[in-house]
Order: sequence, then structure tokens, then C-alpha cells
Amino acid sequence: MDFMASKQPENSLLGPEADSQRTLYPYVTGTSVVALKYKDGILMAADMGGSYGSTLRYKNVERMKAIGKHSLLGASGEISDFQEILRYLDDLILYDNMWDDGNSLGPKEVHNYLTRVMYNRRNKFNPLWNSLVLGGIKNGQKYLGTVSMIGVNFEDDHVATGFGNHLARPILRQEWHENLSFEDGVKLLEKCMRVLLYRDRSAINKLQIAKITEEGMTISQPYSLKTYWEFSAFENPTQGAVGSW
Amino acid sequence: MTKQQANWSPYDNNGGSCVAIAGADYCVIAADTRMSTGYNILTREYSKICKLADKCVMASSGFQADVKALQKQLAARHLIYQHQHNKQMSCPAMAQLLSNTLYYKRFFPYYSFNVLGGLDNEGKGCVFTYDAVGSYEKVGYSSQGSGSTLITPFLDNQLKSPSPLLLPAQDAVTPLGEAEAIDLIKTVFASASERDIYTGDKIEIVVVNADGIRREYMELRKD
Repeated sequence: MDFMASKQPENSLLGPEADSQRTLYPYVTGTSVVALKYKDGILMAADMGGSYGSTLRYKNVERMKAIGKHSLLGASGEISDFQEILRYLDDLILYDNMWDDGNSLGPKEVHNYLTRVMYNRRNKFNPLWNSLVLGGIKNGQKYLGTVSMIGVNFEDDHVATGFGNHLARPILRQEWHENLSFEDGVKLLEKCMRVLLYRDRSAINKLQIAKITEEGMTISQPYSLKTYWEFSAFENPTQGAVGSW
Repeated sequence: MTKQQANWSPYDNNGGSCVAIAGADYCVIAADTRMSTGYNILTREYSKICKLADKCVMASSGFQADVKALQKQLAARHLIYQHQHNKQMSCPAMAQLLSNTLYYKRFFPYYSFNVLGGLDNEGKGCVFTYDAVGSYEKVGYSSQGSGSTLITPFLDNQLKSPSPLLLPAQDAVTPLGEAEAIDLIKTVFASASERDIYTGDKIEIVVVNADGIRREYMELRKD
């Protein structure tokens, strides 16, 4: 009887057909983002790789973007979901500007917004498959926070996503200190990115470092890190090993 | 074609321990400040304690995103209560609200293990302890979270609360003074940090008494 049947709206996630609409796994992914607070603001680094499973499909992906006047967003995980998040943030910043009231959304506000978006998507079992790093400075107050795909969020003096948590955070815990100069901050980030390059198989040697200060955001041209492969053990790897081929 | 199984979990355990002890005219609520995931430490300085009302403080451990959402919900509901009743919510009232809020999501729970502490309408300390879906009771002291199995037996021994089954009902509130209760808290956390990998870094201790709310910190092992 038709009047008994309840009709789902077209875009509902209930019912068996809707399962194909939910995110099951990521396709094109970016690897770690590392960021730290320094004297004048925030420094953030990410490589430019977009992997398609184990293939290095895209080598010119900018995984860090400026948000409004005061914030910088870096993302790892599914690239298309990152682009979707940028669209949401475009709308957010647009409406903020349209108020034309002299106020502008700071990094704390943007981070809160992103946390709510990620958590609500997780509640609907259709997550945005990203780990986000949100840094910025407003009225002299530096801010650096992170949100995961299930909504776990916190702020700290240095943060990292993915492999960065395992390889970069320990270095940062040892060597980060308050009021790093720009040069020291970049050196520290490069140290972290070099370790990631050696040890994370999805990392590529083409990275950008972005900085955000009261004056605004600047992002470096893509460049590579110097690496060293001339260890003698690599030249004749099987020399000392009995029974290897 | 079988239905695809999810390869991600909507839950995570960010670890940590919470304790609360009720006294005759005070209540101490404490939690460590470590936030972890798996075998990693995410941050060493994360507060698990939230002030819900003037005389009502909650400490929660478990899945941090759910804890945050729960705290926001309660804060919002408290604001509405203040608009409608022109006063702050009492601790027992907030206790009931927390239970109802948790049960509301009985079939997709907040993965949050809470202890609520504060002063009741007569100024006496009270502690309420919860599970993830809202079942709660008023107790003299409680501990929740990853270190609770290590902490609770020690509190049982030191605080020697009377059994809740006794008749006539005996007060579960401890006769210990405020300073002694705080000392006991520091001891239990130092002990729990030795063996529980998710507890450590720092304790945040919040004391609620007639003078208001004050906060204290103590360093813990960082390993």
C-alpha cells in the first residue's frame, strides 16, 4: 500500500543503495604534513606527492593552502576530500567577508569549524578521509592545531600527520623550543622531512615549506632536499652476508 | 556480492585516567593531561576536565572527539537552563542531565567514561560515576579511564568507604581534609603512571569548595 511506504529523500544515506555513496577507502592520497610554531608565526611543510595506492600518480599536488587572512591549512589523506574541504572553507570565508564588519575568522575559529565538520561526517559514517593541520596567527596569538578523520583534535607547539607522528614528532620533542628563528625553524622542518623521505615509502623529494605570520602567508617554490646514499654498505650490499645472492 | 565491511572505526581510545574524591565541604577532581592513540602520544598537555557549572566539574576519558561533543552538549543545555531558571544547575541536576544525554545515544554511544564532581545544594562534596551509556550512581569517590583498574583498589583501601548496602545508609563522603585528599590523588596518579602507559605527563587537579574553584598541577613521568 503506497501510503504506508516511507520514501527516503534522494540524498539520504539510509538503505542498501546508499552504501555505494559512502567512503570506504581513500584513492589518491597525500602523506605526512609537519608543522611547528616559531618566533613570528607558524611554519608548515608537506611534499607534493599524490599517490594512487602504491603508484606515485601525481607529483605537483599543493597540500597546503591559505585560509582567509590568518590561517594555513595542510592536509594528508584523500586529495579529493581535501578539495571538498577547501570548498566548504571558501564558503565560510566568503560569508565572513560579506559581513564586512572589520572582523575576520582566526585560526582558532577555522579549526573549530573543521573539527565540527569532520566529527559530523564521522557520525554519518561517511568520513572525509583526511588528517588536517591548521596553523595561523591573529593579533599576535599563534595557533597550531590538528583534526583527524574521526574528529580527534588538539593543539600543540608542533604537530604532524600520518608517518610524521612516528618519525617527526620525536625529533620535534627533542629540538623544538620557544621562539625559534625562521632559519632554525626551516632547518628543523627539513630535518624531519629528510627522515620522512628516507623512511616513508609514499614520500617524494619535492616539498614546499609554507609560513604564516601577521603579514600573511608565503609558500616556497617546490624544492628538493639533499640526500646521501653513498654509504659503503649500499655499494656492495651482500658483501658481508653469507648465503645472499 | 557480500556487503562491504568498513575498514575504519568511528571510535578510538585516547587514553588517560580520571579520579574524583568527595569531602565534607570540598570535592577534588583530577585527570592526567596525556592524549594518546595506539602506542603514540599525540600531546602531553591536553585537559580532560571541563567546568560545567559554578559548583560542578566533569572529568572524562575515552574517545576525545566524543568527549568534546558531550562537553559542548552539556554546556549548551546548561546555558538554556540558566536562561529558563535564572540560576546555575546544581550538581545532582547536572548528574541526571549527563546520564540522560549519554543514554540518548544508547545505540551509537559517546565513548566517554566520566566522573562528575562538585558540591550539592548544601555545600557537601558529591561525586557521580558513569559508564559510556549513562548508568550512574552517587559515590564518595571514583576513578575512570585506562588507569582505573590500578587506582580504584588503592582508593578502596585508603578511603575505606562504607558499603552502600548498609542500613541505615551511611555517608560515603570521606572524613579526610582537602590537603590529604589532594595528596592521595597525587600518590595514585604517580603509581598509575608507573604501570599504565596511557597515564602520565602531568596531573591537572581541580578543587571545588565554598571559596570557588581552583586548579593545581603536578608533573608525572613522561615515558
